[in-house]
Amino acid sequence: MTEVVDLVVIGGGIHGCSAALHAAMRGLSVIVIEKDSVARHASGVNAGGVRRLGRHFAEIPISQRSMELWNDIEALVDDDCGFTRAPVINVAENEAEFETVENRAAKVRALGYEHEVILDQTQLREYLPAVSHHCVGGIATIDEGFALPYQTTFAFQRKARSLGVKFREGQAAARVWRQGPDWKVECLDGEIFTGRFLLNCAGAWADNVASQLGEPVPVEAVAPMMIVTNPMPRFCDVVVGATARPLSLKQMRNGTVVIGGGRLGRAEPSTNASEMLFEQLRLTAETAISMFPIMASATIIRTWSGIEGMMSDGIPVIGRSSTQENAFHAFGFSTHGFQMGPGVGAIMAELIATGATDVPIEPFSITRFSGSHARKNDAQNGSALEMD
Amino acid sequence: MLTRIGAADGTPISFSFDGQPIAAVDGDSVAAALLKAGQRVLRASTVSGAPRGPFCMMGVCFECLIEVDGVTNRQACMVRASSGMVVRRQDNTAGALIA
Amino acid sequence: MTHYDVAVVGAGPAGMSAAIESARWGFSTVLFDEQAAPGGQIYRAVEHASPQMLGVLGDDYASGKSLVAEFRDSGAVYLPGATVWNIGSELQINFSRLGTSSEVSAGSLIVASGAVERPTPMPGWTLPGVVTAGACQILLKAHGLIDDNVIFIGSGPLLWLISSQMIVAGRKPTAIVETVPLARYGVALRKLSLDLTAIKYLRKGAAMMWAAKRAGVPIYRDAREIAIEGTGRAEAVSFHANGQYHRLEASLFALHQGVVPNQQITRLLQCEHEWNQHQRCFVPVLDSYGEESVSNVFVVGDGAGIGGAKVAALQGRRAAKRIAQRAGEEVGTELADLQTRLSREMTIRPFLETLYAPSAAVVAPADTTTVCRCEEMTAGQIRQAVDIGVPGPNQVKSLLRSGMGPCQGRMCGLAVAEIIAQRQGGSPCGADYYRIRPPLKPLPLSELASFNGASTDSSQVQGAPSHD
Repeated sequence: MTEVVDLVVIGGGIHGCSAALHAAMRGLSVIVIEKDSVARHASGVNAGGVRRLGRHFAEIPISQRSMELWNDIEALVDDDCGFTRAPVINVAENEAEFETVENRAAKVRALGYEHEVILDQTQLREYLPAVSHHCVGGIATIDEGFALPYQTTFAFQRKARSLGVKFREGQAAARVWRQGPDWKVECLDGEIFTGRFLLNCAGAWADNVASQLGEPVPVEAVAPMMIVTNPMPRFCDVVVGATARPLSLKQMRNGTVVIGGGRLGRAEPSTNASEMLFEQLRLTAETAISMFPIMASATIIRTWSGIEGMMSDGIPVIGRSSTQENAFHAFGFSTHGFQMGPGVGAIMAELIATGATDVPIEPFSITRFSGSHARKNDAQNGSALEMD
Repeated sequence: MLTRIGAADGTPISFSFDGQPIAAVDGDSVAAALLKAGQRVLRASTVSGAPRGPFCMMGVCFECLIEVDGVTNRQACMVRASSGMVVRRQDNTAGALIA
Repeated sequence: MTHYDVAVVGAGPAGMSAAIESARWGFSTVLFDEQAAPGGQIYRAVEHASPQMLGVLGDDYASGKSLVAEFRDSGAVYLPGATVWNIGSELQINFSRLGTSSEVSAGSLIVASGAVERPTPMPGWTLPGVVTAGACQILLKAHGLIDDNVIFIGSGPLLWLISSQMIVAGRKPTAIVETVPLARYGVALRKLSLDLTAIKYLRKGAAMMWAAKRAGVPIYRDAREIAIEGTGRAEAVSFHANGQYHRLEASLFALHQGVVPNQQITRLLQCEHEWNQHQRCFVPVLDSYGEESVSNVFVVGDGAGIGGAKVAALQGRRAAKRIAQRAGEEVGTELADLQTRLSREMTIRPFLETLYAPSAAVVAPADTTTVCRCEEMTAGQIRQAVDIGVPGPNQVKSLLRSGMGPCQGRMCGLAVAEIIAQRQGGSPCGADYYRIRPPLKPLPLSELASFNGASTDSSQVQGAPSHD
């Protein structure tokens, strides 16, 4: 049985669901094919950071666009997504780090963006009275927040469904090919879907599709590790990061503290398995206690991980296929794609439906990985691998 | 009311619970000693602040969480009571404890 | 890092038997157990039980004493007070003991972590003063404590066992409120194979019931619409039985609907499970020696499927013998002999499982009943989530937080799986359970911060003396 639609999306994470919703809002018929269940992987298990702070410069326009959608997320998906407003602060733990963030703030301002500001010792403690005495300041974006990743992605799915988007979960896309003007996607169980346009949102598995389009990319499956604690007395109303070592820390409304930062466990994408590596995770524990002494009395209730797609230069692949007509990509968000989800979906839908988008996406082109076009990111682009 | 059968061949010990002395026998878990002393409410539930006390007595239900000698989130049924131990209810939430 | 040929988790009859057998074959063997003394739950505190206690608790309990002594003498390294909080894919075992976390590695793992009480959600079950029947057993076995005003509610042989123990000790329950529908006795009897083991078992059970009747314990049958009532603490239980409404006051209320395998370790290891509709629980998928889909991992005892203490001991020995056989040892007919004995001991199970299947009310609690005690989620909230398209227990957990509390689903997982499956119109399938992640039990953040697994040596592993 084949179903013919305008758009076939491979991958039911936040980017796939967001693109499907926005495409449906533009009147396209859409099917989303997901090999497990919606939000099973990175989109359901990340730290939930909704931030513009500290991004690779090329990502800032997308991030700004996405933030506009976050600010009205309930209108978009009929769900508040657990979105809680909070500043995001990357803490500088010594003078050298403070200089680093000052340089960054200057560069960001020079590019015409106002959202990143410097906090000195005193200002830092106004936001974070519980921060350790050795911390000297930080760089912050005030109008940010965090949300609940599964609830958010599920909300996108539900809204998309209500607009007619069909979801086929438990269906692994195996083969893709062009037949005339259409794209064909055959799943492992033999079912075939037909669409005018194809969008590859397959995350850590995106190369399964990209290779078949003749544009293989080095997507690495990684497993960032997370910790959640017991409910603690309220001490933090900010999403905290560090400057020189991996950390993300936030205190949820129920008092539990969620700690991430991107230390990696072991990912096994062929079996969906991700395993915690405690020799690494203990460094996360150490960092959290070092920055917030109150955390010395915290108890770990649970740790977890999930499979994320990491690109070698730390920024995603977004845009048209370089080899095939009517095929598009949005994957490899390298542990910081959650906030970008709403915006990327809108951008992809615009690109697919109208042929163009006003948001600059050239730096994310898949061509940067193909032979002579490959180029590495350099430090002046401000890239820093950070967890949401 | 919980009563002990047979000769009390265990050594009597005493520990404090929120400042009150609790008589026990060496070998008692903190939870058993507290139940024997009539203390059934050990904490307030984290979501609604409802009173909770020991349920399974074998470390599975996590209802009997208390603070022992300054360390929070100890399962009272898994901690052996000892003389001089300082046991306190812990406040897991901003809500008030219903005693 | 210290390496053992065989690591055993759990010091009940299955674990102790496995360790004894493993050590006998010359394997370096370590046994981890959370409790301070061996015996698990069934033989809890048997080692130093007074003659009076042995008399009260009965011969089956007393028979555990020799097993404990044999375990103590076996040469296995015994680590009491050790909480295993993670087991890696290469059988690295992380555990916490005396406030420090360490790591060992193992060639084979024998999981003997036993059973847990089946969740028994009902109105008022979270009130202080409501405990499990198992909790009453522990209070009696480990502390010699009996409540003089306790009502037992539910079904299962344990209710009758505790009741008869109380009577021997000169007390009695205030009432027994049983939930078994009368028609089920007939259905169950048809599942009975009348061999010697079964007959012995039946006679014991009948004697316990008769003892309760003779002692004048009020017994209510086929109780429905059960609710625990009280303000701030449990004060009474109300129910319907024999077409009549009853309300009984007491100071302690002990619930029981049988026991089910403790899945925490087998799920953590991503072993395969299947839903056993007859037992209404998940059981690990095992070969005929108890080995899991994950190689070199064996599950023995009640964790492999409820079978009781004798079955547990036989399975423990069988697993260790199998490991020996695979290592090239000559086991002769010993494995086959064990299999024969195991079949004999299991013949009573279909009868018991049919008779004491959980009540309709606990597998399908009312909408307003709390199911996830830690996060206070109700059955109705879970059903609502299914109605809006949440596909399974993990997504329900992500959305509603059920299963995110410290018990990590031990109290609610089974109930949530059933509620979801029923709402979807079917039965749970093996994979429909919370994804279990480390730590298996809460771990202080500071303890993780100072964890140094690679450098754990045997002195750190064995730390304090193994006797209390």
